[in-house]
Amino acid sequence: MKVLLSTKMKTQGKAGVKQVIVSFGATVFALALGMLLIYAIGFDPFSAAVAMVDGAFGGKNAFGETLVKMTPLIFTGMSYALASRCGLTNLGMEGQLYMGALAGTATGIYVSGLPAALHLPLTILAGFLGGALWGLIAGALKVRFGASEIITTVMLNTIAISFIDYMVNGPMIEPPGINCQTQPVRSTAQLPNLISGTRAHWGFVIAIVFVVLFWLFLWRSKRGYEVRVAGLNLSAARYSGIHTDKNILLVMFLAGGLAGLAGCNEILGIQIRMIPEISPGYGFDGIAVSLIGNNTPVGIVIGALLFGAFRAGGNRMQIRAKVPNAIVSVVQALVIFAVVASQMLLDKWNEYQMKKINRQESEVA
Amino acid sequence: MGVILEMENICKQFPGVLANDCICFSVKEGEVHALLGENGAGKSTLMNILCGLYKPTSGEIRLEGETVRFNSARDAMERGIGMVHQHFMLIPTMTVTENCLIGDKEGSSIKLDRKEAGRRLKELAERYGMEIDPDAIVGTLSVGEMQRVEIIKALFRGAKILILDEPTAVLTPQEARALFKMIRALTDNQFTVIFISHKLDEVKEISDRVTVLRLGTVVGTYDIDQCSVEELARLMVGRDIHFDAVTRQQPVGDTLLEVNNLSLHREKSNEGKLLEDLTFEVHKGEILGIAGVDGNGQAELVECLTGIRSASSGEALYQGKDLLKLSTRDIMSNDVSHIPQDRQKTGLVMPMTLVENFALQDYYKKDFGKGALMNWIGVEERSAKLIQDFSVKTPSPYELAQNLSGGNQQKVVVAREISRQPKLLIAMHPTRGLDVGAVEYIHNQLIDQRDKGVGIVLVSTEMEEIMRLSDRIIVLYEGRAMGCVRPSETTVEEMGLMMGGRTLDDIRKGSIKETSVEEKMM
Repeated sequence: MKVLLSTKMKTQGKAGVKQVIVSFGATVFALALGMLLIYAIGFDPFSAAVAMVDGAFGGKNAFGETLVKMTPLIFTGMSYALASRCGLTNLGMEGQLYMGALAGTATGIYVSGLPAALHLPLTILAGFLGGALWGLIAGALKVRFGASEIITTVMLNTIAISFIDYMVNGPMIEPPGINCQTQPVRSTAQLPNLISGTRAHWGFVIAIVFVVLFWLFLWRSKRGYEVRVAGLNLSAARYSGIHTDKNILLVMFLAGGLAGLAGCNEILGIQIRMIPEISPGYGFDGIAVSLIGNNTPVGIVIGALLFGAFRAGGNRMQIRAKVPNAIVSVVQALVIFAVVASQMLLDKWNEYQMKKINRQESEVA
Repeated sequence: MGVILEMENICKQFPGVLANDCICFSVKEGEVHALLGENGAGKSTLMNILCGLYKPTSGEIRLEGETVRFNSARDAMERGIGMVHQHFMLIPTMTVTENCLIGDKEGSSIKLDRKEAGRRLKELAERYGMEIDPDAIVGTLSVGEMQRVEIIKALFRGAKILILDEPTAVLTPQEARALFKMIRALTDNQFTVIFISHKLDEVKEISDRVTVLRLGTVVGTYDIDQCSVEELARLMVGRDIHFDAVTRQQPVGDTLLEVNNLSLHREKSNEGKLLEDLTFEVHKGEILGIAGVDGNGQAELVECLTGIRSASSGEALYQGKDLLKLSTRDIMSNDVSHIPQDRQKTGLVMPMTLVENFALQDYYKKDFGKGALMNWIGVEERSAKLIQDFSVKTPSPYELAQNLSGGNQQKVVVAREISRQPKLLIAMHPTRGLDVGAVEYIHNQLIDQRDKGVGIVLVSTEMEEIMRLSDRIIVLYEGRAMGCVRPSETTVEEMGLMMGGRTLDDIRKGSIKETSVEEKMM
């Protein structure tokens, strides 16, 4: 047993370490390119970098802000990764996030008389279900009619965002109806502060708990095994008798729920009330986070940290080094390109090495 | 009739396989020249070289005496060589005319003259007795009509030599007759046709000369008048088959699987059947071989028996249950194992570890973890044992399946399926693409299972494998059983004839008739 486990560590550990080094190298390379770009448009790249790092990690407040930005990204990153593991492309995180936020807000406002110990979990559950049911629609359309989830999820985004616009301006508007926002959620449904003096809230802890659940589901549960088999090889899944339709429904439900939690936590921890533009694109950044993290739990947390830091540090960079915030988006794009390209190159390299080894073996034989 | 095309000493080396070994092949103008051979004989490779898709490793192609080199299919097309592939290369949403114009260099580069092209198409079609509407959308046409479009497309682009790759494989008998008429009309007009096939009767009927390929080499070129179908069969299958029939330990047992009138229709039921009225039995401790040229219903049969596809009618009784009505999961959990035809596409999940692959069939059972969670440590122990027992060469049970050699990958599949201790084992091409050692190993495993009383359905296109291992053999041709024979009571010639579409009854009656004729003459 011990011997076997150690070989497991060796084979998988070695590959993992290589992957981390290559991804890290690619990120550094992309950041260097970004600095070159800042220099090219006439700013001082070093003061920009210092301002960026300071804004993301310099002190309690800055770090708290990074955690705040990171939390929804962990959820949307997991949402995309989960669907991706099942061979699905979920582009509907933004809409699922909004629906989760709406369901959470409604439960937070209209359910009354419960202690926080009940009201808060109930609200979070509602947030999960709001996103999950929205995701399930795309899953059902795929299973029933063969509609591509890539298209339906994007369409559902538009519907969700418009629907929230309507709800916030109409049925749920805060009386007397001057500002287009809902009334605040009850204090029993709000997420407590995590680090005093910052905006960081317990939503981050919930996110980390869900990362563990995400790992447990995909790599330790039987259903997760089915999902991964179907995602990698549909023909093998049918051969083994795996019910692929059922898994599509389940995965779209869970992925929607994760994105819903991103929105719900943002409401319960930061905004306190529903407003029309609750997400500055957390849903779409989730794709990048998942890509950088290679759909692995730890990778997603690291990817979310990086993108959270960009968002938190970007403001500081604009104020202090006068570099336009838009440059942050460019650097983000560079990071995505570099990391994804490096992973592909790594795969090619491994394949080449394997061929070489096989050739040598056959020559010896 | 002069020689129009010569291929001289063509060799084509693929990694690990010499697909064409010094092939010499010549075609006369205006003839129908058949290219006959089993799967893997090198027919398609040779034709892909001729039409510019592959470059030969060595050798030379001469067209009307002039040496030519093709760098692409377009080069070959410009020299008048057109190929009609088995899988049509048409765009279903476009009209016949538009499809023919794709890649056409003539005419203005800005304006598409559909009208003029349509008129020319119609003219061509009428001249060679083909009915076709140039404005029809290709997707609405029947398979036979699509093939006609492919032929016209080649003619439209100026082909003088037409290569037809197994053209009748997708056609109904009526459509095939219409095709033969077209071919005759073409050769009457000085076109040359190369006809790739493994169907003996067809070859006999349509061609003027035939070149037989076997294992990448030319067996010979013959005038069709001088060859009987029986001779063609022997030439195609060839080689003395050594079947040191494996000695049996015990007699076969009771009936295990009873298949009655199993049929499978195509999606459009008017396009013929994929499987037609198959009836057979498998006994305990018996290997039933399913022989035949690839694509004659073997894959469909296996898919029906394992619940991957649902049959149109019939039944398959096994332990009091009808397999055709059960889901794959239900079948597999009833002591049935399945070695699928493609280990990489179906049998294994290539980017997963061996441990994960060993769990593929039984992960949901209690032995692999109680409740909703997997017991990976238990699976790992099981995997380590299987790796040792079946001597799979791998650095660790956590190696990815894709990093193993083909033989070791297949051992993983075989180990997994056999370790499930099946009562019925369905094995399709279990040794395809493996080296001699691995083949031997897997054969011994199958024999072992047979001796333990497992009923085995062995689907294979390898004649030697089938003859050596099977107790009885059923030959499939276009989804129908041509006959059921014991390997000791049949000949290579008989097998070849059945694989080419003659029923056993016809063959045996025929041979009696022939001898009786001879007797009379004497």
